[in-house]
Amino acid sequence: MKPIPLIFEKSRPGRIGCNLPKADTPEVDVQAILGETRDAVAWPEIGELDMLRHFTNLSHRNYGIEIGFYPLGSCTMKYNPKINERTAGLTGFTHTHPMQPEETIGGFLEVYASCMDILKEITGFDDITMQPVAGAHGELACLMLIKAYHESRGEGAQRRVVLVPDSAHGTNPASAARCGYVVKTIPTAEDGNTDLEALAKELGPDTAAFMVTNPSTLALFETNITKVCQMVHEAGGQVFCDGANMNAMVGTTRPGDHGFDCMHLNLHKTFSTPHGGGGPGCGAIGLKSHLAPYMPGPVITRNDAGQAVLDHDRPHCIGRVSGFFGQSLMAVRALTYFLAYGREGMSSISRYSVLNANYVKARLKDVLPAAHDRPCMHECVLTAKQYKEYGVRALDLSKALIDYGFHPPTNYFPLIVPEAFMIEPTETEAKETLDAFCDALIEICELAKTDPDALHAAPTKAIVGRLDEAAAVKNLDVRYQPA
Amino acid sequence: MTYVPHTDADVREMLATIGVNSIDELFADIPEDLRLKGELRIPSRLDEHQLMRHMAGLAAQNLDLSQVTCFLGAGIYDRYIPASVGAVISRGEFLTAYTPYQPEVSQGYLQTIYEFQSMIAELYGCDLANASMYDGPTSLAEAALMACSLKRKDIVVMSEGIHPHARQVMETYAWSNEVEVRTLPLKDGQTDLSQMPEGAVLLIQNPNFYGVIEDLAAARAAADSQGAMLVVSADPTACGLLKAPGHYGADVVVGEGQPLGIPMGLGGPMLGLFACKQEYVRSIPGRIVGRTHDAQGRPGFTMTLRTREQDIRREKATSNICTNEALMALASTVYMSAVGKNGIRSVATSTVQNTQYAIKVLTEAGGKLKFPNARVFGEFVLTLPKPAAEVRDALLSHGILAGLPLGPYLAGGENDLLVAVTEIRTQEEIDDFARALREVLNG
Ligand SMILES: Cc1ncc(COP(=O)(O)O)c(C=O)c1O
Repeated sequence: MKPIPLIFEKSRPGRIGCNLPKADTPEVDVQAILGETRDAVAWPEIGELDMLRHFTNLSHRNYGIEIGFYPLGSCTMKYNPKINERTAGLTGFTHTHPMQPEETIGGFLEVYASCMDILKEITGFDDITMQPVAGAHGELACLMLIKAYHESRGEGAQRRVVLVPDSAHGTNPASAARCGYVVKTIPTAEDGNTDLEALAKELGPDTAAFMVTNPSTLALFETNITKVCQMVHEAGGQVFCDGANMNAMVGTTRPGDHGFDCMHLNLHKTFSTPHGGGGPGCGAIGLKSHLAPYMPGPVITRNDAGQAVLDHDRPHCIGRVSGFFGQSLMAVRALTYFLAYGREGMSSISRYSVLNANYVKARLKDVLPAAHDRPCMHECVLTAKQYKEYGVRALDLSKALIDYGFHPPTNYFPLIVPEAFMIEPTETEAKETLDAFCDALIEICELAKTDPDALHAAPTKAIVGRLDEAAAVKNLDVRYQPA
Repeated sequence: MTYVPHTDADVREMLATIGVNSIDELFADIPEDLRLKGELRIPSRLDEHQLMRHMAGLAAQNLDLSQVTCFLGAGIYDRYIPASVGAVISRGEFLTAYTPYQPEVSQGYLQTIYEFQSMIAELYGCDLANASMYDGPTSLAEAALMACSLKRKDIVVMSEGIHPHARQVMETYAWSNEVEVRTLPLKDGQTDLSQMPEGAVLLIQNPNFYGVIEDLAAARAAADSQGAMLVVSADPTACGLLKAPGHYGADVVVGEGQPLGIPMGLGGPMLGLFACKQEYVRSIPGRIVGRTHDAQGRPGFTMTLRTREQDIRREKATSNICTNEALMALASTVYMSAVGKNGIRSVATSTVQNTQYAIKVLTEAGGKLKFPNARVFGEFVLTLPKPAAEVRDALLSHGILAGLPLGPYLAGGENDLLVAVTEIRTQEEIDDFARALREVLNG
């Protein structure tokens, strides 16, 4: 198949792709009003049908959950219900302005407050704010609250270190740095839990926080979590939970009960708001009451009558972390999703996601053993290191999966597992899909031994083969330049 | 169960393969005392029809601005969104994809991001643009922190003409990074650049929060006088007519991309724009897509300059951003393609035309321009003989959302109203506004 030309290359002078509204007010001398004006913006000129074909044809060259199985570990690629799109498309939601009078957004405040009530109950935290707009943004907001808390106790200058496990997602240390902290790494013990001895050694009067992912990025429940939280608290630090793996816990266990002080959630993972090809996210955070006074504004709360309102009396608020209330239309989707499960069905999210992950792990155990011999949670971290002797890497297996019609799993994360192959099936996949995927992977692993070159060449059925990343950096081309 | 396809037979077979007797056994690692006993105290489940009815009920409790005439702007604008935008972004291939880590199965999205970067760089007059940031305010704050680290100086100089919310976000980010923020006041609605203090960067917005067009050449000179970088937060629609910030030598141009085809949606999700000069490409936050080729020489797109990013560089990354606003960037790419070269000029021109008409009739109706000598693009401050919040509330009963009362934002601004007039307002709507205003002021 041929490349699709850039939309700029389809441009013809005089065409336009929309029947645009035009002012009926008297014409004015724009130049005189504005002073200097520019030359035309060199955007494409293309008719509406050809413009649509361009994007539709591009969409055919893109993989989404609605095309097939998307077991990208740590990303929770579950079904994004269509009803969510419908509710979020209601004009009573889409046509509201974040600065219109507070009295005219009662429905939206109720959406937010309902999400917060439900999230409090699911996570076991005292308070929720939905102002952060993505997972990493939620991490950053939590660290800011921790900073404000230490400052309020006169320990701001002293507590400068954030501890991060070696298995942590890259956003954890990056968020700590973005919040002005020094990062120190805590190793993982043999059994996949936090190395308590190493933790004890690092904890001290300079500890601001420990960022823990539970279940860990190894897909293991941190069995010592209560102890870990206790140790950090004894040293005067705070414990943050990276909640990217909340899918394993919904309705089964609550991080607020584990001893954490705060956590971030990825509503775009656990609670089905679509990833959209890399965003928008929705990064609610949960807090224990001692951190609540510092919550970013605007703060939504319920008054004595139970009505959702803005709380303007927040003297210790750290300020804003994003422009307005948060990802409002994503909150509509999340609420739709919560109510579709309700109290009767909520725990099926964790139960079936954990069942699916353990099933995949069991089916693949002879070809891709798990990095740790423990029940996995909602995903499984396997290792492909045995194929290294044939010259085959985890990435080769992944690329071969593309030729079988599957999206690859996550590779090389967590960093501490050699040739990591991280599979997250989610609860919305049927057994037949998991079987077809495992069958394909078993066949590919066999090929790894008999015909490694075939895997090195994969994918062969995609639009392009593996791209030259080095050339992309060396001959940097990030923008169309007219000839 | 909702969205879970397992039959009882599936579950039995799966448990047998795993070698356990129940799903509960799989949770053995969770200490008994941490397991939830009983059901969550949350509402009962709703079927799809009930859900739609419930959510429509909540939506009906908001004032739906498609049912009134909207003159409220302040950074988020009621502009026309072509039908094609929704059609493209609701396609499952785009909507339900993850970040394009696997370029072989993501060429479609990657190409649209490359096109997005190209269109934004062109609009802002910059060498390049990234693949998006969360929103305008966080994009501005990230640009400021980038400047601080490039200049090794922890001082940001910020114009008071920047959107107050963006200023608050900047303050929050600055506090947590121990960066000092110095502000530049306004004079007659424009940033007073005569006393540029020492700093790593000058932040200015164009048009500013009060609708006034800033002197970007003077801003460049002021920044240079202190060896500071210049970061401009620019309204994308205004850039359809105004000279691009890059033309004046801005180092970084950021902005809120909402006017480019994204619903107001109570301010989220939005679209952070970030463009800059080539020399900063290795220091910028966020993802960037580049064009390259495969082993057979076939052209293709991939995320590039990845060694800046958190998953590789961890605490030394240029930012912590991971998930961005890809779908909103796609929405804007469709918008920019649909309106094209001539459409953006027409949208901007209609905005100016409507704004000028509104200034004329609203000042005749009893309002006064707060900054009569300033040039404005699509928004202006009207000083009223009465408290602006009262007038706004009274006009709402006429089906008109008149704008933003500035009392909370501007010292002594209780009677000031910020009025935005986009391309979709008609002469009749503006006349109605003027008539109702006269009534309210005289009543
Ligand atoms: C474990 C973990 N933590 C944090 C994040 C960051 O979330 P986001 O991409 O929404 O910023 C992710 C996902 O990317 C993740 O997998």
